[in-house]
Amino acid sequence: LSVPPEIPKEDSRPKWDNKFQYILSCIGFAVGLGNVWRFPYLCQIHGGGAFLIPYFIALLFEGIPLLHLELALGQCLRKGSISAWNTISPYLGGVGVGSWMVSVLVSLYYNTVLTWVMWYLINSFQEPLPWSMCPLNENRTGFNEECYRSTSVNYFWYRKTLNITPDVTESGTLQWWLILCLAACWAIVYLCTIRGIETTGKAIYVTAIFPYLVLTIFLIHGLMLPGATNGLAYLFTPNLNTLKNPSVWLDAATQIFFSLSLAFGGLIAFSSYNSPKNDCEKDAVTVALVNSMTSLYASIPVFSVLGFKATTGYWDCLDRNIINIINEFDLPEESIMRDNYTAWISLLNSSYPEKIAGLKLKSCDLQEFLDQSVSGTGLAFITFTQAIIFMPGSPAWAVLFFIMLFCLGLSSMFGNIEGVFTPLLELQIISKSIRKELLSGIICLISFLIALCFTLGSGSYWIDIFDSYAGTVPLLVIAFFEVMGVAYVYKMKRFSKDVKWMTGRKPNLYWQITWRFISPLLLLIVFVAFVTLRIQKPSSYAAWNPKYEGFPMKEEKVYPPWVLAICVLLAVLPCAFVPLVALFHLVKKICRSENPRFVQPQVFSCQGAS
Amino acid sequence: MLRVLLLTLSVVAIAHAGLCKPDAQNAFKVRLSIKTALGDNAYAWDANEEYLFKAMMAFAMRRYSSKSTTQISNVLLCNVTDRVSFWFVVTDSSKNVTTIPGSEVEAAIRMNRNRINSAFLLSDKTLQFVKITSTLSPPVEPSTPVWLIVFGVVLCLILAGIVFLVVAGIRQHKKKNKKSTERENLEEKCEVTITVENGIPCEALDLKAGHINGVFAADDERFTSL
Repeated sequence: LSVPPEIPKEDSRPKWDNKFQYILSCIGFAVGLGNVWRFPYLCQIHGGGAFLIPYFIALLFEGIPLLHLELALGQCLRKGSISAWNTISPYLGGVGVGSWMVSVLVSLYYNTVLTWVMWYLINSFQEPLPWSMCPLNENRTGFNEECYRSTSVNYFWYRKTLNITPDVTESGTLQWWLILCLAACWAIVYLCTIRGIETTGKAIYVTAIFPYLVLTIFLIHGLMLPGATNGLAYLFTPNLNTLKNPSVWLDAATQIFFSLSLAFGGLIAFSSYNSPKNDCEKDAVTVALVNSMTSLYASIPVFSVLGFKATTGYWDCLDRNIINIINEFDLPEESIMRDNYTAWISLLNSSYPEKIAGLKLKSCDLQEFLDQSVSGTGLAFITFTQAIIFMPGSPAWAVLFFIMLFCLGLSSMFGNIEGVFTPLLELQIISKSIRKELLSGIICLISFLIALCFTLGSGSYWIDIFDSYAGTVPLLVIAFFEVMGVAYVYKMKRFSKDVKWMTGRKPNLYWQITWRFISPLLLLIVFVAFVTLRIQKPSSYAAWNPKYEGFPMKEEKVYPPWVLAICVLLAVLPCAFVPLVALFHLVKKICRSENPRFVQPQVFSCQGAS
Repeated sequence: MLRVLLLTLSVVAIAHAGLCKPDAQNAFKVRLSIKTALGDNAYAWDANEEYLFKAMMAFAMRRYSSKSTTQISNVLLCNVTDRVSFWFVVTDSSKNVTTIPGSEVEAAIRMNRNRINSAFLLSDKTLQFVKITSTLSPPVEPSTPVWLIVFGVVLCLILAGIVFLVVAGIRQHKKKNKKSTERENLEEKCEVTITVENGIPCEALDLKAGHINGVFAADDERFTSL
């Protein structure tokens, strides 16, 4: 008697409502805060338009192949990262565990960055904005000293928001306002991920599309601001000499890699909810191109606003000098204007050099203002907020800007949480007993409690540590093993057949060459260069210390040994799972191979019934 | 007589002129930025405005010391520049050729700063008394910080959303459970057991719609009859 063919079980795995939701989720995951506050900065310091050359080369040989690989993997295996890699080969199970671990670590600190965005957002509903003025000191004779010596924007960020301690070892106290905002942020994340992709699929329509609306509004407004053209010219003027510096190529490769959110396991989770017969090749190219285009699109309003800020700063400097000169020489008002300032200065300098020297005028140079480049939180919370003060109708612009940042970060959080949630759902011990709502609630609650550490006075130093160590090196290692695993353990021929079954056409020469040789090689080079550069400079951080002599400049401090140990642990722990799990299975195999009754598990194929 | 009067007046004038000098004792420098404050509506600084200034100073001294002795002629202005800036002193009419101490003048000006500013349509920044710093008014702060209100609204919305989704999920779960128990009860009540042959329930095979294979059905003659 032959075995009767089974009816295929009704597929109880959740599905995307439509293809657009899936693409939007992938785009939302890839497009994050880095597209707004890291890419424009890199363009600026690496020779403007010339940076696009290494950027697009990295996109072509590293970004798109890796993205296609992950999407195809998830779609074929229809499982989260841990189970997927276990299915490919038990020895590669560590890759899945490693990427799950990275997703956990990144989710913890990423939501704290969103907490800061939310704090600024809820403070933007007042006129005048709270960061536009310094508070008065105790006897109301002048301004608060720390605020006066730096700027009101710096004071609001370092004192009113973070209440930062002067050293990473001084933890300070928990800041209750940040705890409230953190609770609200985790509540929002819980609300949107409560039933997995059923709820994030609905939320993504808002969080992925709204930032583009706001960017367009800022683009139009930014281009009309005075001095915008200065900023844009500064951004786009290519300086091809910078390409000779290898660190430019390294920055391009790392930017593409981290910008596409590869190796988190989130993309595998997203594509695992697809139907198997879906063109993942087109999806990958689409997502990668949209991500890069968004980076370029975002840099235009960012640089218009930065040019506006530099120009107003320059005009402010000139005006202050003019007032001083007019007051000193008792000249009539409006005799010296900005355009004839240099003529007047040379005239007065020749006739009264001692008086001019006595005034101690600051030299105002527009180029110097434009050269003040910032990236990361400094760009959003210090530079941009200062520029917004000068715009008419500032509360509206502040609200728009911070809602945009919040949506960008939230859609990336969805991907991170899916990378944590989906593998847990598939673990045997969990899936039967706990309902989805309860599991996501537990994940959010535990993450909230752990993330309370980041609301301490030294919290922002710790977030920098997590960002530099947990969110960088492990990803490179995991991605390297992903490509090697698929190309050489799962075997490229089998994978090509699977992709052909899913998309209807065999992956062409470009994919074959990049998957087999170019991408692993590139990843290895990037990893080695990255680690070497990191090790060469002693790890230091910039501390905000009001008692420092050079205040308001930040004080350069070195990490103490126990902090360095934590840094190394954060970087090594996710990577360590790869060899550990392989070793575990090897030992198990050796023990099992002595037992003759053990049957080898069936080799998996994408096309057969699961 | 007239000549003596003229002589004394000129002596007094010269003596008074000696009192008002840049950096003289008890003298204050004033700086006005009319064009900055008023733009196109700026007025020109002329002798009438100077007269108003003297009047305001006299008014301030009178209000402060509540002695009605300070006259407009007691306020002396000098070194008026195009900037519009000048020095002034307030002389004491009771004592001869002395100026009222700077601390008193300063206190009088501080007390009446608002009135003086409004007389000239200027503000603390545009009508500067160079040595007198103005006390800064604190920014207006509402009793509950605005951000707490916004935060409360946001949090209420989020909690409402979570409660709604959780309750909807529980209700859906209950409905699904009820449906599956109903179906089980129905199957138990059914007397006809559903037979399954080769994975296909027999009811699906509609015998009427099936084809009868003529080769096998009607060929009894092939077999030897017993």
